[in-house]
This record gives sequence, C-alpha cells and structure tokens, in this order.
Amino acid sequence: MSLYTTHSTSTVKAMTSIFEYEFMVRALIGGAMVGALAPVLGMFLVLRRFALIADTLSHVAFMGVAIGLITKISPPLVALGTTSIAAIAIDQLRARRMMPGDAALAVFLYAALAIAVVVISLAGGFNVDLFSYLFGSVLTINTTDLWLVAGLMVVVIGFVGMFFSELAQSSFDGDLARTSGVPVGLVNLILAVLTGATITLSMRIVGVLLIGALIVIPVIASLRLATGLRTAVILAMAFGVFSSLIGLTIAYYANVAPGGAVVLTAVGLLVTVEVGVALRERLQHDKWRATDPSR
Amino acid sequence: MSNETTQVKTPNSVLEFNHAWFAYNGEPVIEDLTFALEKGQFAAILGPNGGGKTTMLRLALGLAKPSRGSVTLFGEPPVKFRSWGRVGYVPQATEGVQTRFPATAEEVVAQGLYRGFDPIAVWRSNGRDAVIQAMETVDIADMRGRRITSLSVGQQQRVLIARALVREPELLMLDEPLAGIDASGQEQFHTLLRRLNSAMGMTILLVSHDIGAVMREATSVACINRSLVFHGPTHTLTQRELAELYGFPVDVLVHDALHEHR
Repeated sequence: MSLYTTHSTSTVKAMTSIFEYEFMVRALIGGAMVGALAPVLGMFLVLRRFALIADTLSHVAFMGVAIGLITKISPPLVALGTTSIAAIAIDQLRARRMMPGDAALAVFLYAALAIAVVVISLAGGFNVDLFSYLFGSVLTINTTDLWLVAGLMVVVIGFVGMFFSELAQSSFDGDLARTSGVPVGLVNLILAVLTGATITLSMRIVGVLLIGALIVIPVIASLRLATGLRTAVILAMAFGVFSSLIGLTIAYYANVAPGGAVVLTAVGLLVTVEVGVALRERLQHDKWRATDPSR
Repeated sequence: MSNETTQVKTPNSVLEFNHAWFAYNGEPVIEDLTFALEKGQFAAILGPNGGGKTTMLRLALGLAKPSRGSVTLFGEPPVKFRSWGRVGYVPQATEGVQTRFPATAEEVVAQGLYRGFDPIAVWRSNGRDAVIQAMETVDIADMRGRRITSLSVGQQQRVLIARALVREPELLMLDEPLAGIDASGQEQFHTLLRRLNSAMGMTILLVSHDIGAVMREATSVACINRSLVFHGPTHTLTQRELAELYGFPVDVLVHDALHEHR
C-alpha cells in the first residue's frame, strides 16, 4: 500500500522500547556512523561549492544498484564501482577544464538516472529491494553493513585528519593552494572517491535519494555558528549524529520512513540554528543601540 | 660554477619567459614574450587591463601552460616545480574571499607556513610567532581572531600579503595587491616592498596600475600589452613608451616621478 512497506510491518508494534529490537539497535549504530561520516566530507564539498556532487553520485549509486539487481551481482558492490568511476570522471573533466563542474554533474546525474530507468524497465519494474535502496530500510541493515561503514569511517576520518591542511587550503583557494605546493588534484580526487563510497555504504540507512541531504544540511547549519574550520567540522558531525538518532527514533515511534525523518530532523535543526542566529544578532543590535545614546 | 657572467642565461635568473605564447579560447593573450627576472630585482609589470599581466603571473606559477615557447621558475618549468617554499604569491582579491569560509585571519596567514604533507599538522600550533610577526608587518595583528569573511576587501588583501610574507620567500609575486587599500596604506606597503627587496634581498615581481609608485620604487619595469612593449631599468622608461602602452598620453602621475627619480 505505501512505499514503505518494507519496515512498517515491524514498527506497528510502536511504543515498545526502541532498544528491544535488534534491527533498531543496528539502525541506530549505523545511523550514528553515517551521520558523523557524511558531513565530514560534505564540509569540504560545500566550501568548494561542489556539494551537488553528492546528488549526482547518489543517482549513479542508484544506477549501480539497478544494474546489480538485474545482473544478480551484489548491488552495493556494483554501486561502489559505478560511483568510484563517476567520481574520477567528474573530477578529471573538471580538473582538465573539459567541462564546467556543474555541467559535468548534470550530465552524469541524468545519464545515470536514464540508465537506471532503462535497466529497471528491462527487469520488469520496481521491486521491494529497489525501494529499500531508494528510501533506506532499517530492517535490512546487517552486521556486515555496519562493519563496512565503520571501516569507511576510519578511512574518511583518517584522511581528513591527516590531510586537514591540504583540504582546508584547496577549499579556500585552489590556485593559492597549488602555489604553496599543495597536491590539490590528488586531494580533490580522493575527496570525490570517498564521497562516492560514503553514499554507497549509507544508502541502506538513509536511502539514495536523501543521503545528499545528510552530506550538506548539517554543514550549512554548522557554518552558521563556527568561526574556525576545525570547530565547523566537529559541529557538523555532531549535527549529523543528532539528526540520525532523533530522526530514527521519530521514525520508529511515528511509523514513518526513516530516511525522511532523519533529513527532516536535519532541516529542523538548520531552521532552529538560523532563527537562533538571527535572534542573537537582533539582540546584539538592540544592546548596541541601548548603550549608544546618540542612536 | 663560473662566477659572474653577463650571458642571457645566468644562474641568477629567477624567472624566465622564452618566446612564450598563450591563448585563451583561441584569443591570444600573450604573444612571443621574452622576459627575465634576475635575483634581487624589484620589477614592476605595467600594462592595460586585458593586456596579459595576470596571465603572465599564472604562467610563471604553473597555473597555466604556455602554448608555445617556455617559462622557467628557478630553472624549472613551473608545472614541474616543487620547491614552492621559495615562492610567495599574492593573488588579486578584488572580489574578496568566498563567503562563509570558516577561518580566522590568523589561520589564513598560517596557511603560508605549509611545507608539504604533514600528517599531524592539524594538531600543531607552532609558527605562531612568525604568523603574528607577518601580520604586524602589514598592520593587521589586532584582527587575528576575526573571521576572514568579516574583513573588508582591503583587510583581506593584507591578510593575503601576510600569508605570502610568512613563507619568507626568495621570490614574491604580487598581482595588483593594493586594490581596496587606502592611500596611506599604499605608501606603507611600497616602503615595505622596498625594504624587503633592499634589506632582505627578496626578488619582487609586482603587477601594478600605480605608475607613479612603480617609477619611485621598482628598479626595473616591464610593459606588457600581449607582448613586451618595454623592459628596462625604471629610469629609462619614457612617456612615449607609456603612451604606446596605454594607447593615450600618460603624464600627470609620471611627471614628478620621472624627475625626482634617483
């Protein structure tokens, strides 16, 4: 009946403790890890105005899943392959100035979506499996998925920690970074490939259609508050984890789609931050007027 | 190994353009440019807008490749150059840095300390003294905790200059660094450049629009309008060449400078 039949059967027994179900515990662990992981890469994508690569790569991942389902090869594995290839191709088209960055993103997004649609029609239409990748399905997360995400988290946080200066400088000004000896091309390439891997491994939890939101929205919220880049990254991670945990909890008790609940929590957080910052600025302004009698 | 020689290719050449050409979208920007910058020189580049001044710096820095001819930086093609610690670069900041980048002025200056991959750099806090000293040199030490995006374009420009100075480069390249800086700041800045050049022996390549200041401070000048119109010691530059360069008579600013020079 609804798009979300895959998990609604188990969440009807709402109001029982969220931790009584092993799948929910797995979902919370996975969600927390994805929530921490996605904004770390997102920070450097947003700062170089390349955040929409997340959207493009998630469509490419979806294409990979469709191909994997029809060829009976592990869908996440195929998706990992397609996102890596697409990430490298987009990066190289941009680096060699063969195509403007946003044009390359658009071409890859629509080509991938078109291939996915064709493959799905060949397979005789959508099925439950495909929906679980599109919108995320907490029921199907298994321990292997969690270990994969944990492994990726170690790689991503290790990369960002070790290459922090390089990432910061190439996000600040690519040409300036190059003339300081920063290997900007290599850093951009690794960033793109890790973004593809993060999307692929996160799609079971948040879903292909919404993972881009988790990469971008916590970052926008944290940039509103932080003064330094290190603080901004840590704050964005905290926002991501918060959105995942609260969103999944809401999804469990309200019996709604977990991916949507997670992203809506992140949006709510962003709105709260924006309103809070606006109020604070208003207050400071009033205080300044109050202490200056000439106004 | 040989001592002073007066050949064209002396080991003292910091930067050399050898019949370099560059076209952008089929439109020639640099035509047959031959130019050498010797160690210890303070050279200025003058020329009209769109005359290829910025492109010349981009070629020198390996951000663009010549379509014909060659460019060498410390004897190497810039695209293969690795000793970036020897070079300081101040880009044009006419539009200011991108919005929302979360870094303080001090953090941006500290970027200049980059000396290659260092896996634990994120935890380090050394080099602070050098950073503060560089900021004091351009009079922005009191802004070190301010977010870079909250500064004016002129202040951001000073941050970028401090970022280049903290590298203690042998060669300093500046692309119209005075946009957005007021008259007294410009005066201070020219004094600073002269001091860096004469006292510390820093080689300087300055792209500028301020003909008067160039005439006063620089030791040599190159006039570029796609190709080299003039290159020589500053005092040999005449109004006739300037008129040829800009396409109209240039006198007001130059007049005093030409007479008081040296």
